Amino acid sequence: MKKFVNDPANVLAEALRGIEAAHPDLRVDAENRVILRAEPTRSGKVALVSGGGSGHEPMHGGFVGRGMLDAAAAGEVFTSPTPDQVLAATQAVDSGAGVLHIVKNYTGDVLNFEMAAELAAAEGVQVESVVVADDVAVTDSTWTAGRRGTGTTVILEKIVGALAEEGADLAAVAELARRVSAAGRSMGVALTSCTVPAAGRPTFELPDDEMEVGVGIHGEPGRSRVKLASAREIAKLMVDPIVHDFGAPVGPAIVLLSGLGGTPLIEQYLLYGEIAPLLAEAGVDVQRVLIGDYITSLDMAGASLTVVKADDEMLRLWDAPVVTPGLRWGA
Amino acid sequence: MSGAVSTDDLVAWIRAFRDAVHARKDELTRLDSEIGDADHGSNMARGLDAVVAKLDPAPASPSDLFKTVGMTLVSSVGGASGPLYGTLFLRMGPTLGVETEVDAATLGAALRAGVEGVVARGKAELGDKTMIDALSPALDAWDAAAAEGLAEAARAAADAAARGRDATEPLVARKGRASYLGERSAGHLDPGATSATLLLEALRDTLAGAA
Repeated sequence: MKKFVNDPANVLAEALRGIEAAHPDLRVDAENRVILRAEPTRSGKVALVSGGGSGHEPMHGGFVGRGMLDAAAAGEVFTSPTPDQVLAATQAVDSGAGVLHIVKNYTGDVLNFEMAAELAAAEGVQVESVVVADDVAVTDSTWTAGRRGTGTTVILEKIVGALAEEGADLAAVAELARRVSAAGRSMGVALTSCTVPAAGRPTFELPDDEMEVGVGIHGEPGRSRVKLASAREIAKLMVDPIVHDFGAPVGPAIVLLSGLGGTPLIEQYLLYGEIAPLLAEAGVDVQRVLIGDYITSLDMAGASLTVVKADDEMLRLWDAPVVTPGLRWGA
Repeated sequence: MSGAVSTDDLVAWIRAFRDAVHARKDELTRLDSEIGDADHGSNMARGLDAVVAKLDPAPASPSDLFKTVGMTLVSSVGGASGPLYGTLFLRMGPTLGVETEVDAATLGAALRAGVEGVVARGKAELGDKTMIDALSPALDAWDAAAAEGLAEAARAAADAAARGRDATEPLVARKGRASYLGERSAGHLDPGATSATLLLEALRDTLAGAA
């Protein structure tokens, strides 16, 4: 393992120190491992709290700031945060207008956020939750823990963050969050495994001439392992299941192609060059595109494609100003 | 020990569980890297270290002990294991009231309340390839042997847990992160069932010789 670490056990704490040093707009609660806006929540504004395991940076801490999240609870690498972390984040940012929990559908995340929401309610904080489950690689939800939450989370945090910034109430914010969540589909492909610092070696073995199709974002193997293919063929493996899953024509959409941490941007653009015509052919009218490392899986080489069917309100909120370490425009 | 265990005995159980998880940490993580996300060993070890740090001085009663263990696991393990193992202990405590000595039937009832809590939180059923596959048969074995005393009940429960753990190997996971692998999750022991077996084996070793 060759990584920038001092002690594998301290990776998260030391990374949080770096985030605090780099971003004066943010504040880090080191004890609870929560990243917050430096400014307290404006009175009457609904607060957005997300969180999850670390190793997916910039998600979620890099999306804290004006127009997006109010706080993010950072778990250990690939391990959901604990209920008391999420509770601390929730209480810190509640202005009295309530808090939306944005949860990715993984058993650990769901259980810990559930316990945190129960504790917050007992403390008198109004909490609504949205669970993102957009990964079309998981087809048999009945016999699994359900679809995983991946790229749609990023787009949801941006769009819903903008609505909360405009002063919408908790019910409206939660309703939009569920709408965006229902409108998103994702598919990921991995060319390599990744190395959790505490484990010290790759999570799984993947020969040079093979790839994993249908991966999540935790270094877990995908739904199937196939021979390495050309970018053109991989693009098809990503686009087809998404389009098929939508069933009906998609129309206007926001598209995210995220690198998984170990794939250079030039390859991501090359891949998007293959994806774009396939989307057009399938009737996806791409209105906005985001390409880069936005939801990652440590040092995994690979990419995930997310398509969110977007209405006019979603597009308007997507274009609204955002000032975070990970996304920044219009400000 | 005459047919009952004290708070100190149960503290010894929790310490033995910590030691067992440390001794098998790499194995738990290896199992988890095959069908999960390679963190079960390190997360459980970290959580149990935090638990043991809170056991000196020992809590006043088994009920207090289990509450402390549960709260600490919930707040220090993370993942799914934190809420699930935490809930197991949090639900065990209230069944014991203020008793300072616990017999086989009472401890069995506490374990059952704990496992029912885990089922309610995680919504797993027998055969889903989870910790329940070790815990559920262990409870039944405990109850069947409870009349023969604590040592025998714990031995029977540990044996049943180990059989339940081994039986997870051919199963296709239906809960947790391993479920995303579909058929590919078959052929591997479930890490949660493996750590749950360590919990019951630690109890067996602690109670060996108890009436």
